Amino acid sequence: MTSDTGTRARTGADTGTGTGAGTDAGAGAATAQAPSLDTDALLDDPDIRIVVCCGSGGVGKTTTAAALGVRAAERGRKVVVLTIDPARRLAQSMGIDSLDNIPRRVKGVGAEGAGELHAMMLDMKRTFDEIVEAHADGERARAILENPFYQSLSAGFAGTQEYMAMEKLGQLRARDEWDLIVVDTPPSRSALDFLDAPKRLGSFLDGKFIKLLMAPAKMGGRAGMKFLNVGMSMMTGTLGKLLGGQFLRDVQTFVAAMDTMFGGFRTRADATYKLLQAPGTAFLVVATPERDALREAAYFVERLAAEDMPLAGLVLNRVHGSDAARLSAERALAAAENLDADGIVDQGAGKAGLREPAESPAAGSAPTPDTAGAATPEPSEHASEHDPADIPDAEADTRTDAATNTATADAVTVEQLTAGLLRLHAERMQVVAREQHTRDRFTALHPEVAVTAVAALPGDVHDLAGLRAIGDRLATGSASAGAA
Amino acid sequence: MSRFQVVSGKGGTGKTTVAAALALALATEGRRTLLVEVEGRQGIAQLFEADSLPYEERKIAVAPGGGEVYALAIDAERALLDYLQMFYKLGSAGRALKKLGAIDFATTIAPGVRDVLLTGKACEAVRRKDKQNRFIYDYVIMDAPPTGRITRFLNVNDEVAGLARIGPIHNQAQAVMRVLKSPETAVHLVTLLEEMPVQETADGIEELQAAELPVGRVIVNMVRPHLLDEDALRTAAGGRRKEIAKTLTRAGVTGSAGLVRPLVEQAAEHAQRVELEREQRAVLTGLGLPSYELPLIGEGVDPAGLYELAVELRKQGVGEGAAEQGVGS
Repeated sequence: MTSDTGTRARTGADTGTGTGAGTDAGAGAATAQAPSLDTDALLDDPDIRIVVCCGSGGVGKTTTAAALGVRAAERGRKVVVLTIDPARRLAQSMGIDSLDNIPRRVKGVGAEGAGELHAMMLDMKRTFDEIVEAHADGERARAILENPFYQSLSAGFAGTQEYMAMEKLGQLRARDEWDLIVVDTPPSRSALDFLDAPKRLGSFLDGKFIKLLMAPAKMGGRAGMKFLNVGMSMMTGTLGKLLGGQFLRDVQTFVAAMDTMFGGFRTRADATYKLLQAPGTAFLVVATPERDALREAAYFVERLAAEDMPLAGLVLNRVHGSDAARLSAERALAAAENLDADGIVDQGAGKAGLREPAESPAAGSAPTPDTAGAATPEPSEHASEHDPADIPDAEADTRTDAATNTATADAVTVEQLTAGLLRLHAERMQVVAREQHTRDRFTALHPEVAVTAVAALPGDVHDLAGLRAIGDRLATGSASAGAA
Repeated sequence: MSRFQVVSGKGGTGKTTVAAALALALATEGRRTLLVEVEGRQGIAQLFEADSLPYEERKIAVAPGGGEVYALAIDAERALLDYLQMFYKLGSAGRALKKLGAIDFATTIAPGVRDVLLTGKACEAVRRKDKQNRFIYDYVIMDAPPTGRITRFLNVNDEVAGLARIGPIHNQAQAVMRVLKSPETAVHLVTLLEEMPVQETADGIEELQAAELPVGRVIVNMVRPHLLDEDALRTAAGGRRKEIAKTLTRAGVTGSAGLVRPLVEQAAEHAQRVELEREQRAVLTGLGLPSYELPLIGEGVDPAGLYELAVELRKQGVGEGAAEQGVGS
């Protein structure tokens, strides 16, 4: 897959159009009324300093963020990409597989003279430690860092990752070393935890409860007791029973040690929140054309509006199209049946033609007992070495006819082969129609949201060439280039 | 089969769907199952096209043969108040704690308490018995957090037991851990035949095993049918374009000349995808775990689709034989 992606990207770079070829052909099937999102204009806009990619899990947020970073750098901007939890090979492709919390220059990306790409992977514990070290003197900092309660809190319990991602964003922005910061967001359990976390932590730290917890530690043992009314002492007593005295003491020590930093937390949480609302920030909601992902995307759009966060648009990943869209699924299936009914097709003898769908899921998976023994043909070594790119063009027909005189090829009649192509096309057209239907529903709900569609790639992206290819697709919004 | 079935998986692999189908499959033939969700997303309600679930076990579906599927959206805050009530009869004091922000602290900020409450509530349902000393639920199925967080989520009790070294939370954490690390529990990982989910599954299994949590099965979801024999296609299609064009015309397709190229290209893409899937399948086979496979439900999963998937799981052996009588009491 890597080689294929590479091929694609090179072709794209050479011709300068890349995915353009398929744009018009499938347009009839794959355009909604939604305005189109101009990602290049967004990346080129010097006033845009932060781009936040959000969306539900598994929709390609990290890849989108990385691809935007690469493209912006190659269009001359000095960019840093903050990733949260990138897939290993994607991280390696950008040279950030070590988790050191420091932005690193990505080699081989950038425009003549101007553009630069830096990338970093968030280390939430380190980020938290750094805050402590920066805001407390040596001894106090050590007391916090060694506190067992702090160690658990910083190692990644609910909300910490979200808070630290926003904290890191604030830090990067404050350094003012980059024209553009592209942020990936954590795979949160609910959609906008990363927005809520700073506020929640902030309000918690200002809350009564923390003051109450701090009271005994501050006053020092018995002296503090007279300041506590009966209800309060009952409560700390209850918590002590529930959690165990040691735990409560750890919390109290932690809270007391953090006391001087609370103001800072609150201020920075507020500042980051305001930064996200500022006109220099643009949110991109990332989704795939599937029901759940788009439902989640609709929720994001609504939440962002409610929070006055500026939404730039929707990035729709893994969209399918067809260059043969004028042949409908129904007609393709009817034609396939015509071929089956021709009678010259001996279904029994042609082992390669069509396969029962129910049979196929078992292919190659040993553990399914009832199907493991089924006669699923294993690929021959010869066949699997073939790169799809090797399939010759029509002009080369005569040359390759000789090569196809293999046993396998002989077993397939042209009717079987054609019927198979038609059924495959019908399946593709059904996917296209289903995706369009899902998109239409989203557009009906949020007609104002600009959309760019990124054609599906056959495999995962994990090199710079692949990221460039995604960047091309993001820019052209070539939803129908699935067959490219 | 283990009575506590935990379903995790990378985001986007359909773990909620798989958990629901599993709950239906295990309820078949008069059994009763409880499907729990812990992330406050109301994914179960959406899947069954029902109203949002309250913090209450309620029947959400009937399985073939009279079985029942109950559902519960566990809410950490309510679970904590339950506990306080159970251990301390703290009706109004609970409300006072809430007002002070203590409940908020315990359920959102305090390390691990939230997760302890969520797993604790699920384990309570696993162990709950009626007056005749029979389990209320034959199986409890949890739609759990994603693979990246599952080990930490399930293992948090160990950590909390270490932090809170005495007291009811400590005891509770240890009791939960005993269930989670026993054969009563099986943690399944849902994946697609794609590189990233498969990689995450492999990493997840390693982490679970290192934490001594019982790994169940790999569940390969959204398996697409292979409509064409890709090998034959690749060797044959390129050289037979003229023939294909003629055959298309004969089958009643007009303007076939212009269609051959895109059709063959689509087939080449399909072949490439099948090849990638085969590679990922090999990786999964290498993990040495038993697996289930569920087909892609083209039109998206609705209640009817869930029954289809449940039937598929039954075919692959889910729910055969009686539930193991657990050690819980």
